[in-house]
Amino acid sequence: MLITRKAEFSASHACYRSDWSAERNREVYGASANPRGHGHNYVLEVTLEGTPDRETGMVLDLKDLKEILNREVVEPFDHRFLNHEVPPFNRVIPTTENIAVEIWRRLEPHFGNGGPRLHRVRLWETEDLFVDFHGEAS
Amino acid sequence: MIRLTRRYRFAASHRLHSPALSEEANQELYGKCNNPYGHGHDYILEITARGPVDQESGLLMNVAALDGLVERRVLDEFRMSYLNDSASFAGARVPTTENLVEEIRARLGDGWGETFSAPWPVLEKVRIRETRKNTFETMVSHS
Repeated sequence: MLITRKAEFSASHACYRSDWSAERNREVYGASANPRGHGHNYVLEVTLEGTPDRETGMVLDLKDLKEILNREVVEPFDHRFLNHEVPPFNRVIPTTENIAVEIWRRLEPHFGNGGPRLHRVRLWETEDLFVDFHGEAS
Repeated sequence: MIRLTRRYRFAASHRLHSPALSEEANQELYGKCNNPYGHGHDYILEITARGPVDQESGLLMNVAALDGLVERRVLDEFRMSYLNDSASFAGARVPTTENLVEEIRARLGDGWGETFSAPWPVLEKVRIRETRKNTFETMVSHS
């Protein structure tokens, strides 16, 4: 069974490589290349796959999932300029793709080991754009 | 692998009517969708692409390039149009949303190679939400 929990954070980012010319940055990243940054109200949907526990009837207590999301993602990311304040985005460009992969990396160690496993990280940058990451293997 | 989904919105009208059927058979089959002057929807089109994240740029794809492709091949013609007027729906091809999904998949497939360099990203899915209650989608095979 799949269960999904949503979380939200607002943060700014700039997609800009200092080892590229301004022209190349503009060509690859468009307006997102402004080094001063711009922000989004990101919406994160995290999906776990597991079997409901016979006794509790739950795959995982959603309160526990909420606490993990808060600790690993919302508290460190919310109201931050990702490039300046949230490693590894001082060296990894915080594109939506890379943010989703980083969120997977932070969450993945909390799951598996006989319990539910992390199935998907979906990160909405805007209402009209989201990325899905299912881990490196798929 | 990562998947990126981009949403586009366009308003258009259509009439479901098959020239192969009688007036009565059309009315029976398509019901209100067969009303003579057509009717419209705010379609939401979702395009999903798949591939690895480029190590240097951190991107799967250039979203502006996808926007341009969808604008040129799809939205420019279909936005604020009567879909039955399109050459793609001339003759016996009724502009059901199933056929619209297939048409958009084919158009994006035709333009994909001139927009993105092989092998990545690939077009993975085309999905249209016709109303809040009706959604149609097709996966793109690359075998």
